[in-house]
Amino acid sequence: MKITYPHMGNLYIVVRALLTTLGLDVVLPPPTSRRTVELGVRYSPEFACFPFKLNLGNYLEARELGADTILMAGGVGPCRFGYYAEVQRQILSDLGSEMDMVVLEPPDVSYKELKEKIRHLVGDISWWKVIKAIRLAWYKARAIDAVEEKLLYLRPRVYEPYLLERYYHRALHEIDALSHRRAVQGAVRDFIKKVGSMPQRSGEFLRVGLVGEIFTILEPTANYDLEKRLGLLGVEVTRSIWLSIWINEHLFGGLLRVSNECRDDHHLAPPYLNSFVGGHGKETVGCTVGFAQRNYDGVIQVAPFTCMPEIVAHSVLPAVSKDYGIPVLTFYLDEQSGEAGIQTRLEAFVDLIAAHSHDQKGGMLSGSVFGN
Amino acid sequence: MKIGIPRALLYYYYYPLWREFFTQLGLEVVLSPTTNKGILDAGIKNTLSEVCLPVKVFYGHVSALADKVDYLFVPRINRVEPKAYICPKFMGLPDMLKARLQQMPPFIDTAVDAGMDGNPVQCWVDCFQEVGSKFTHNHQLVNSSIAAAFRTQQEFQRRLTGGMLIPDALENDCVPEVAATSQQNYTLRIGLLGHPYNLYDAYISMNLIHKLQSMGSFVVTPESLSVDEIEDEARKLPKRLFWTLGKRMIGSALNFYASKELDGLIYLTSFGCGPESLVEELVARWAKQQGNLPYLMITIDEHTGEAGMVTRLEAFTEMIKRRQKHENHLSSHGEPLHSG
Ligand code: SF4
Repeated sequence: MKITYPHMGNLYIVVRALLTTLGLDVVLPPPTSRRTVELGVRYSPEFACFPFKLNLGNYLEARELGADTILMAGGVGPCRFGYYAEVQRQILSDLGSEMDMVVLEPPDVSYKELKEKIRHLVGDISWWKVIKAIRLAWYKARAIDAVEEKLLYLRPRVYEPYLLERYYHRALHEIDALSHRRAVQGAVRDFIKKVGSMPQRSGEFLRVGLVGEIFTILEPTANYDLEKRLGLLGVEVTRSIWLSIWINEHLFGGLLRVSNECRDDHHLAPPYLNSFVGGHGKETVGCTVGFAQRNYDGVIQVAPFTCMPEIVAHSVLPAVSKDYGIPVLTFYLDEQSGEAGIQTRLEAFVDLIAAHSHDQKGGMLSGSVFGN
Repeated sequence: MKIGIPRALLYYYYYPLWREFFTQLGLEVVLSPTTNKGILDAGIKNTLSEVCLPVKVFYGHVSALADKVDYLFVPRINRVEPKAYICPKFMGLPDMLKARLQQMPPFIDTAVDAGMDGNPVQCWVDCFQEVGSKFTHNHQLVNSSIAAAFRTQQEFQRRLTGGMLIPDALENDCVPEVAATSQQNYTLRIGLLGHPYNLYDAYISMNLIHKLQSMGSFVVTPESLSVDEIEDEARKLPKRLFWTLGKRMIGSALNFYASKELDGLIYLTSFGCGPESLVEELVARWAKQQGNLPYLMITIDEHTGEAGMVTRLEAFTEMIKRRQKHENHLSSHGEPLHSG
């Protein structure tokens, strides 16, 4: 059995650690590229959301490399994600590209079924080995987040942003390759030390909170490298969703105590949004309020085109924006979004929040917004 | 006291229930007019462009009622059956309205939620009990109004399974025979799938049903099937569908396929509809497996033109007729009916 799974940012590192420690043969889809997008779009329903199309592209490319089994998450949301696999399976079969699809439904659907599926994949295996695999995967998730947090902080500050990106990718590569917790943590320490000593601008920087649907936030191909673009425009970005936080909340039931700036923000969604609406709709509204309360200069919402929970959230955001006087910009993304358009809108937004925060704070920000 | 009910979204399934409940409570129900250009324009003006057409239309109806009523009935509809949602937009609708419309009468936005183990009747009973207590302390009256409301709703459903189309069945004083005769003299049997607020809002659908009928088609909709018939087929899916309307569409399609009585199938969807983007895909792919049943998907938004729609319908029905002639011709010469 050669097992594959769809990309979502750096999730591949975490899942690879888990599956290989369990003794499975992993065939990773090539990094999501233009070709992935083209393949996915060609065979997906026209109005499926962007993540669906990218997933399908990943599967087809992984199949070319010999993968025969797909591992995928399910769900019974009101959001579409939970039914992806059913439709993708039909599409693959109509294409004559059948692959075995193992869909992990959340335990509340059927705990027994989940256990059986895991058995089906890994056979008889000691619990000790399972725990070891989960632990390694978890530490890698934490390591990736630690590295990226630093990255987001430094992007607007360093004079050599491209060197920073190189260090970042090298660190990811090491985290992926290492198989011991201590070594992984060592790689993070090395990264932080190295980038910490890079020459930096000083002063105050514009701060933008990033909210929205998880896939679009975490997958740079889906958001057209939005974080990097903002960093290069002199903005410090804070994400509302982190990989490890998401894993802890959704897979470990919030068992571990990991700190996260936006952890309690979803309580702030009312009175603007008073109900769960699927996906991350409620978090989007809550975190926007949270960022506003923490005096951020602006908030950017990203979502796949036609994403229902985010459309609901977007519909109420003007009220938040008005009450707190915080500029909010929304991007709906799909294969037709143009890079130039995104860049132009980002530049205009940064201009706007710079002027806005100048008015509010009564002074120039000392960090130059457009670099030099 | 006047209660406004927007003639949009789930009005098409539940209006008899809602109207009877409020009327029995002694309140006056005011229904917004049928969708027209003014309503649509008001809806477009007050919503994000990304919102689907039926929700835009809903906004328009709400605006149309705003200065005519004391309350607006816009329940937050989460689940009308256990473990299945309608759509995130239904769950956030009252909040979406409040954020974008000013100077509205108070909303009655009580949640309707069958939860994980409730049922399709109890969720409305719970909702009405809460709503009723806002208007009267007389529990007896609330309970008898609820009972009357369900009787009216049942009568409505009987008319549907009796073959009446929703717009006819919604008209209180309609004579059943009249509705049935409107569907005579046809040459084709066309199945029509779509959410009720698209199919039965003549303005949104640009009179699709009527157009098909005047082209000589007998129109079969999901509403002619009983809930059990739909559920039985929908249950055959490898994974249970967790959207109520999507399940209706798939279950109906599977019924249509099994009965083998259709000459063609049309699926009407709104541009940008999330659940439909996946459900429609499955229905379309399975139509191919039904000996290539002629299939047409029509996607509508506020820019859809009537002329284009007519052309597509004509082409579709002509294609079916040609194919049938061709097949008869072939089969009378002893050749196979389907080549591929
Ligand atoms: S189900 Fe589809 S058409 Fe209906 S409100 Fe939701 S997105 Fe719009």
